[in-house]
Amino acid sequence: MATENTIQLEVSGLRKTFGNDIILNGVDLTVRKGEVVVILGSSGCGKSTLLRCINGLEPTDGGSIRIDGEEVTSGGRNLTQLRQKIGMVFQSYDLFPHKNILDNVTLAPVKVQKRTKDDAREEAEQLLRRVGLWEKRKAYPRELSGGQKQRVAIVRALCMNPEIMLFDEVTAALDPEMVREVLDVMLELAEGGMTMLIVTHEMQFARAVADRIVFLDEGKILENLPAETFFTNPKTQRAKDFLQTFEFRKETS
Amino acid sequence: MQGSGINVLFLGRNFARLLEGLWVTMRISIIAVLLSIPLGILFGMFMTLRHPVAKAVSRVYLEFIRIMPQLVLLFIAYFGVTRAFGWNWSADFSAVLVFTLWGTAEMGDLVRGALQSIPRHQYDSAAALGMTKWQTFIYIIVPQTLRRLLPPTINLTTRMIKTTSLVVLIGITEVLKVGKQIIDVNRFVYPTASLWVYGAVFVLYFLACWPISVLARQLEKRWR
Repeated sequence: MATENTIQLEVSGLRKTFGNDIILNGVDLTVRKGEVVVILGSSGCGKSTLLRCINGLEPTDGGSIRIDGEEVTSGGRNLTQLRQKIGMVFQSYDLFPHKNILDNVTLAPVKVQKRTKDDAREEAEQLLRRVGLWEKRKAYPRELSGGQKQRVAIVRALCMNPEIMLFDEVTAALDPEMVREVLDVMLELAEGGMTMLIVTHEMQFARAVADRIVFLDEGKILENLPAETFFTNPKTQRAKDFLQTFEFRKETS
Repeated sequence: MQGSGINVLFLGRNFARLLEGLWVTMRISIIAVLLSIPLGILFGMFMTLRHPVAKAVSRVYLEFIRIMPQLVLLFIAYFGVTRAFGWNWSADFSAVLVFTLWGTAEMGDLVRGALQSIPRHQYDSAAALGMTKWQTFIYIIVPQTLRRLLPPTINLTTRMIKTTSLVVLIGITEVLKVGKQIIDVNRFVYPTASLWVYGAVFVLYFLACWPISVLARQLEKRWR
């Protein structure tokens, strides 16, 4: 699906520690425009931290992150500008509880990008219609189901017209029957050519949506392969073991 | 001749005097509340700072004001300060000062609690949308904090109004003192006056605090 070859995100030698714990230990990763990369790995391997570092939510301890050639890690005044190029969706949706759905979506475009209310509203309508939630525009987050909230959170990020979308285990907190509606939205986005970096535990979804799988273990990238290759023929034993944990077979003796 | 105590309320200027007393109570508490809320908001923000000196200073201030009974603070401000430094503060000023110091401390702690109760994720998702710290504070944190603050602030306000009855002990004639004077004067003619006068004082306090509760409930409904 990666049609163009421009490098959109370049992570090199990224290090991150919390006290004595090394979370990321020299991560190198390149994402091209339109590419969908899924990051896999067991809990605590640093997947979420990697996404948070890319968005400048965590200070890093070494290495560099570049978006369109611009350094994220330098922090400071460019950071808020840079973040407008990156949309991020979190596990716990984190809609603003005091604003209705429409205001949740249009707040940042109006206040941060200084777009007119009408302009922001128009785009919000388009996006909300696309995820089937325009009718809920006057509702408050507490009146929505988890799946609906998460779709709004995706729309809220999209309304800033980001170049890259980061998804941090966005279905992990959802009831099983609501996972689908969120994944469908993401699948549609991927097909639309959005550059995406996804952390998930939904293996089938990962296989369906990803161009490339990055397998992270103990703060290092162990595998970086085209999706099909990773699932059918992983190189490392660690990755094989990891995939094995998702297999269920009835023991017949 | 003994009459029904209720007549006492309408003798001479008695009722007007009670109202004047209520005004003394309200004036002290309204000024103190109006000063305490903005100062308390600033103090609460100060308390959330991670700097160790800021933490120590706010801790000491808060604990000092909390541990000291308001009456002791009133005595310190009215009698103690004059003794120690020769500053002659009027009773009204001392009262407003003490209630403002108290209100600021209590309000500050409420604000601190409300600010810290906003989940970390609210800051993250605002930041992820490219908002600056200031924008996050104004559009995301403050509105949510205000909603959480409303009920405890109303509670504090009514507590402050009621506690001003202590100022009688530094010589201010507020509503309760006026009531007592009226009862004392009419003791022999109207022995049951105390029931009616204190009843009237109760109603006056109620009328002073009730509208605040109503207003709060309206706001809460609107902000829900």
